[in-house]
Amino acid sequence: MRQPIQFQLNDRPANLTVDPNRMLLWVLRTDAGLTGTKYGCGQALCGACTVLVNGEAVRSCMYPMQLVEGKEVVTAEGLARNGDLHPLQQAFVDHDALQCGYCTSGMIVNAYSLLAKNPTPSRDEILAGMNGNLCRCGSHNRVVRAIQAAADMMEGARP
Amino acid sequence: MNAREWGVELDTLDRREMVKLLGGGIFILFHVGEPSSAQARQFGRYPDDFNAFLRIGGDGRVALFSGKIEMGQGIYTALAQMLADELDVSLDSIDMVMGDTLVCPSDMATVGSLTIRQFGPALRRAGAEARAVLLQLAAEHLGIPVGRLTVEDGVVAVQDDPGRTASYAQLAQGQRIERQVEEGVRTKDRSELRICGRPAARTDAREKVTGQAQYTGDVQLPGMVYARILRPPAHDATLEHVDTSAAEAVEGVQVVRDGDLVAVLHEYPDVAEHALSRVEARYTEPEPTVNSETIFDHLVEAAPSPQTVASAGNLDDGERLATQTFDNTYREPYLAHAPMEPHTAVAEVEGDHATVWAATQAPFWLGGPVAEALNIPSANVRVITPFVGGGFGGKTNTQHAVEAARLAKLAGRPVQVAWTRREEFFYDSFQPASIMNVRSGVDEAGKVVYWDYETLFAGSRGADLFYDIPHHRVLARGSWGGRDGGSNQAHPFSVGAWRGPGAHTNVFAVESQIDVMAAAAEIDPLSFRLNNLQNDRMRRVLEGAADKFGRQWQGAPSGRGYGVACADYAGTYVATMVEVTVDRAEGTVRVQRVVCAQDMGEVINPEGATLQMEGCITMGLGFALAEQIRFEGRRVLDQNFDTYEIPKFSWLPTIETVLIENTELPPSGGGEPPIATMGAVIANAIYDAVGVRMVELPMTPERIRRALQES
Repeated sequence: MRQPIQFQLNDRPANLTVDPNRMLLWVLRTDAGLTGTKYGCGQALCGACTVLVNGEAVRSCMYPMQLVEGKEVVTAEGLARNGDLHPLQQAFVDHDALQCGYCTSGMIVNAYSLLAKNPTPSRDEILAGMNGNLCRCGSHNRVVRAIQAAADMMEGARP
Repeated sequence: MNAREWGVELDTLDRREMVKLLGGGIFILFHVGEPSSAQARQFGRYPDDFNAFLRIGGDGRVALFSGKIEMGQGIYTALAQMLADELDVSLDSIDMVMGDTLVCPSDMATVGSLTIRQFGPALRRAGAEARAVLLQLAAEHLGIPVGRLTVEDGVVAVQDDPGRTASYAQLAQGQRIERQVEEGVRTKDRSELRICGRPAARTDAREKVTGQAQYTGDVQLPGMVYARILRPPAHDATLEHVDTSAAEAVEGVQVVRDGDLVAVLHEYPDVAEHALSRVEARYTEPEPTVNSETIFDHLVEAAPSPQTVASAGNLDDGERLATQTFDNTYREPYLAHAPMEPHTAVAEVEGDHATVWAATQAPFWLGGPVAEALNIPSANVRVITPFVGGGFGGKTNTQHAVEAARLAKLAGRPVQVAWTRREEFFYDSFQPASIMNVRSGVDEAGKVVYWDYETLFAGSRGADLFYDIPHHRVLARGSWGGRDGGSNQAHPFSVGAWRGPGAHTNVFAVESQIDVMAAAAEIDPLSFRLNNLQNDRMRRVLEGAADKFGRQWQGAPSGRGYGVACADYAGTYVATMVEVTVDRAEGTVRVQRVVCAQDMGEVINPEGATLQMEGCITMGLGFALAEQIRFEGRRVLDQNFDTYEIPKFSWLPTIETVLIENTELPPSGGGEPPIATMGAVIANAIYDAVGVRMVELPMTPERIRRALQES
């Protein structure tokens, strides 16, 4: 049943021997020991488990390991560089774009993918792009502001 | 680290010895004060001697040991601000140690927006006491009287010789001083505060944006296995037959059973889940008697006898003065808390000791039930509370912790129980369905002359009158707490507090009825309110909101979709104004803009307070427009976010908040007040937009379409 699966995980090669039918979420949280990615619903309805696979935001609770072979996976733990927060992470801190923080990893990763596709989104585009990520504390207003701020920061940094 | 590794036997550990365990430093023990009798009834009493303490260590770090917990509400930051100000240290020199029952004294639970209001003042006195002790030590050390010393950033200096200094770290080194805070300690005046009243960024933000913050589900112990537990299809169903052989055939699975508790254990939670799906079980269910449609008739039958909350004048006299009278019934369904983090607990049992990590608002309520389940002394149970992924009143039960403890004992190794979303919906202690009957009347001048209010299962919060109504009576039949809500087995499942419990229900009825009267009197809803209340604080929040929202109020329905509602939530005053658009064909409501003004007395962290207001407003869109638990008998039909819809980004209005400057009053709670207004303010705006009065929550498209057809 188990088979070796090789992929890039947060810029490092990973080689795990796992059941290919297992979902990426649980392999990340257990085998890989990366618990920043959260379980929220198990049915791709809440976005707490969002990670990047080849730059695309996917719901890792419904993303089987067999699809991960040879791909690049990035989680919330993989966004900072040498201790420097990614502009999105910094903007979430600066704008208090979180409360309990449980949905935050998924929010940031989803926003990362949103900005990769559309570096200067309008407010409505942010609302549409983030609509699959749920937050019960009601931090939405700040998340929108943080994404706008990060977009500005990243736009300014571009040559 | 478990209790054994601390080198202590918890059952012989006295509260002061617990403090000694922490080694050297300056310890300030303090007591939060007597809880009100209502709180004591609901939550139990505080310990007599002390229920929190500070330590100033030889490294200059200041640690606050408190039984409170952080679940997103921001007390991690706001309490640190209060303490840093009194002690004259920087915010980042403070460490929060919260919700660990081994090292933190018992402190009820983190509920009711009480932390800043009740705990805060005591913390300030403790900070002041600590500063006094340190100044005394500095005076001895420097040979200078206290009166000639100043403190900044944890360093004591001689006023006229600033080169001569002694840091708190130096002063605390090698000390072992223990003081209990006495009454009458002088704390700083507002004008002396430098950290409180100014926005402070969350001190837990960096951990949370990097995925490093630890929640209970992130706790992984050597040898730990994950449990998935066999669940009945309905509450009170009886397990008749179970066959676990197919599950046991899954590699690495251990099945354990203790009576009705049947669980599948595996080193991976998802494999345990898969194995659980192979367990065959047969249950008999109780005959369904009620469902989400018939529940209100049932509750009218089941409601206990009324208790009088307020009463004045004579209702008959009031009715005779009225030129128009109104009689409406308002209803709210069961609501789920649906925190993003489901209930989770990890337990490690060694002999007659247990350590439990739990997602909980009430770490001190877990020890007893866990001990009872394991048949060990409750003092042998240590509960540790990592970051909590949302509570909203729903994380005050003990089931998850007891399950983890029982399974850890059975399995002989640490066990993590992490509820699935389905389990979270199934075992939630819902906000109870409630009914409010309101009769009222106005005279020719637009004054409300009588008010006869009866609430079923919403309790009295938010039903107190701040309007000046000469003849009134407010009755409460049952409350929101406990499975029975004040009446034996009235509800089909357990119910309890839900952010702003009872208040968002009562305020929906009260502030809708006020609007009904304003419309009939042909007075705009803002003026109607101001004409009928003299309470200064309420007038200020209404004026404050109107200053920002605009003052073009007209008699409803004006077609513009403006709404207003206000509330007094446990001493915090709040007024909310919204603008909505209603799609007449679809029945959908879009809240475009929300303005909310709040007077919460002294504001410790304006940034945190604003964030809580925004949170209440955004969360409040849910119960107003969409949320309701549907059930058939004791089956809960909503099992995930596909059918139980909570607010999404696409619903987000623009939100503007106003904090009313009120330095006269001590801080009151901020985690709940604006949510109380959200049902009514949207109902009132819908009426202003399309002229239909919604008396039942949630105001779904279907109900709005029906109301429009009937109008």
